[in-house]
Amino acid sequence: MSKQSVQGTADQHGGHGSLKSYVIGFVLSLVFTIIPILALENGWLDSDKRIIIYLTAALFQFIVQLFFFMHLKEEDKPRYNLMSLLLGLFIVFLIVIGSIWIMMYNMVAL
Amino acid sequence: MWESVKEFASEFFVTGDPLIYGADVSIVLSMIAIVSVLTYFKKWGWLWREWLTTVDHKKIGIMYILASVLMLFRGGVDALLMRAQLVMPEMQFLSGDHYNQIFTTHGVIMILFMAMPLMFGLFNVIVPLQLGARDVAFPFLNSLSFWLFFSGAMLFNLSFVIGGSPDAGWLAYPPYSELAFNPGPGQDFYIWGIQISGIGSLMTGINFIVTILKVRAPGMTLMKMPMFSWSVLSSCIAIVFAFPILTVTLALLFIDRYLGGHFFTLDGGGNPMMYINLIWMWGHPEVYIIVLPAFGIFSEIVATFSRKKLFGYKSMVFAMIIISVLSFLVWAHHFFTMGSGADVNAFFAVTTMLIAIPTGVKVFNWLFTMFRGKITFETPMLWTVGIIPNFVIGGMTGVLLSVAPADFQYHNSYFLVAHFHQVIIAGVVFGFFAGLYYWWPKIFGFKLNERIGRWAFWLWNIGFYLCFMPQYALGLMGMTRRLYSYGWDKGWFEMNLVSTIGAVIMGAAFLVQIWDIAHSLKHMKKDTTGDPWDARTLEWSIPSPAPFYNFAVMPQVTSQDDWHERKLRIEQGLEKPEKVELEPIHMPKNSGIPIVMSMFWFFVGFGLIFDWLWMAVPGFIGVIACMVVHSFNYDTDYYVTVEEIKRTEAAAGRVIT
Ligand code: HEM
Ligand SMILES: [Cu+2]
Repeated sequence: MSKQSVQGTADQHGGHGSLKSYVIGFVLSLVFTIIPILALENGWLDSDKRIIIYLTAALFQFIVQLFFFMHLKEEDKPRYNLMSLLLGLFIVFLIVIGSIWIMMYNMVAL
Repeated sequence: MWESVKEFASEFFVTGDPLIYGADVSIVLSMIAIVSVLTYFKKWGWLWREWLTTVDHKKIGIMYILASVLMLFRGGVDALLMRAQLVMPEMQFLSGDHYNQIFTTHGVIMILFMAMPLMFGLFNVIVPLQLGARDVAFPFLNSLSFWLFFSGAMLFNLSFVIGGSPDAGWLAYPPYSELAFNPGPGQDFYIWGIQISGIGSLMTGINFIVTILKVRAPGMTLMKMPMFSWSVLSSCIAIVFAFPILTVTLALLFIDRYLGGHFFTLDGGGNPMMYINLIWMWGHPEVYIIVLPAFGIFSEIVATFSRKKLFGYKSMVFAMIIISVLSFLVWAHHFFTMGSGADVNAFFAVTTMLIAIPTGVKVFNWLFTMFRGKITFETPMLWTVGIIPNFVIGGMTGVLLSVAPADFQYHNSYFLVAHFHQVIIAGVVFGFFAGLYYWWPKIFGFKLNERIGRWAFWLWNIGFYLCFMPQYALGLMGMTRRLYSYGWDKGWFEMNLVSTIGAVIMGAAFLVQIWDIAHSLKHMKKDTTGDPWDARTLEWSIPSPAPFYNFAVMPQVTSQDDWHERKLRIEQGLEKPEKVELEPIHMPKNSGIPIVMSMFWFFVGFGLIFDWLWMAVPGFIGVIACMVVHSFNYDTDYYVTVEEIKRTEAAAGRVIT
């Protein structure tokens, strides 16, 4: 049945995590939200270096979301979610780096 | 009071052009005709139940195809108007402003509202049947995609009679598309028409990726999947990563126009070139999005009509996947002349040339499939064979364009115009035509007339070469694109005349196709076999047209071209038609939410175009309400009883014991 049922396919990914993992994920995501706010409010470091704090917190936030809410780890074998995530990251970097490269050397835009 | 109504109307409606008054009249007349026919025959309920609310992928596919044929007509009329203006020097047929509007709507309609829906129509009708599935992975979403596309397309087309058409080209480059130069509502129609239908395209992309990865028949591993489905997968991968770029880019342009932003303006720190950079990150993948499925169609047709297995299946799969990723690495070839320096241009020139390699691999695969095959030239095969030389020329002129220093000469000349029409008309559109002729019996249950089909083929091809070969030369002679008038002294007259004659022949070819459909309807010979071409893949194993649940019994797939292999086994007596146990079939229920929600989106778009928040805000609330209602709807599926399956199969002439 599982393969044939038209409706069933949407919710086929196995486990959905436990209450505990959701709570941990929620707390972690709050922590990584509060850190940059504190950094901004209290003026930690000088403003250039503070960006590093923001970016690091954002990166961890991203990882927390992927593992605790998107269940990236629990996926069954052909790991399509992981593959599409990697391809997506590749494209995002391509867009950003490509645009910077193209626009930086743009003699007309300078 | 009356004065202010009159003033509003004269700004709201497009006035002063006899062509447009003519269109107004014909729109109103055909609306009245449709409404009265439906009312007279009491067909409203039927229309609502069977079509407007359907989640059946086959019906959604048919609606896509119908809409795209209408759009082909509109875009084709645009094209003929432009060719009429260019037929000889100093023509006084269209004004410059009007010409700008026409080439803009022509481009947008042909790519986004003709090629894309025709492609989605074929995806919808064929992919689940090829995979041995009962529907797509998300049938509700599928219907929503269609209706979003439809409202976007209607919104865009409305600009013709209300407010005025956009005129900044099919990609709406700023600064001209910014508020300062383009205050009218036309440009906003462009943004919202494309945004709304773009969301639909993105969702279709997701839907078909999941369908292909998750809902294949038992035993069909990815490497046993028919080539068309592979091409759909590769095209959808590109859709999923490219369309968000388009959405964001147009959203930024909208912010510039509506909220006074400065992303792409000339002052305030904006940079119009950033828009060009961003839009081509979508634009180039987009051209491959539409051509990859055409490659898939050729692969199916070549194998069927050569009575041979497709040559180089694996290399074909790799070529397609490589193309869909590589297509993201070449975008700057559309603006070599922007001045990004030699490094950038060299890099993108090389990546562009690289794409020609997997494309060439495919052409050789088709040729080797035909080699020593028992080829027959029914219409689908005729189109396929006709396309190969066309595509080779188009690809080679593409490689010429990709030589960055040389492109400073070709760029935005008629040489470029000829290149992309060659790959898009003679590659994409002809490819989809081939697919339509091939799968027509599966979709509608009867074949199209071969003789008239041949006429259409030859007219289209002769018209095409006459129209576009002179344009290569015109480009080299210095004629630039988007030019609405030229002088006698240029020496361009003769070739433009030939080009226009070619366009008229293609117009005639379109009419011949419509006649073909009408004629075949009238003298319909029902296809009782379900497999009129003696083809190879699963969609041909079921009756034509397919019953609403597609497969009464799930096929067990053991090899590539499984249906062909099964026919061989039955012929050799190795496989007896065995007794089958029918089981109730799990199916999705129809839903009216997609069409209603898309209507609300239409109001959101229309409201924002005219800055009528009283319309946009309730529209948006309606959209949210539809989402909420749908998420609390648990009554989404049902079971088809064994009795009903037996009855349906018997009516299609298949007895199940
Ligand atoms: C061998 C493959 C191809 C190569 C090397 C190639 C190369 C190029 C280059 C370099 C340009 C930019 C020229 C200029 O603006 O001066 C171009 C434009 C274009 N190509 Fe191709 N191309 C190829 C295949 C295709 C295919 C398959 C399609 C569509 C199905 C396509 C559609 C277009 C379009 C629409 C434009 C122009 C868009 C515009 O400026 O409005 N090309 N191509
Ligand atoms: Cu390109």
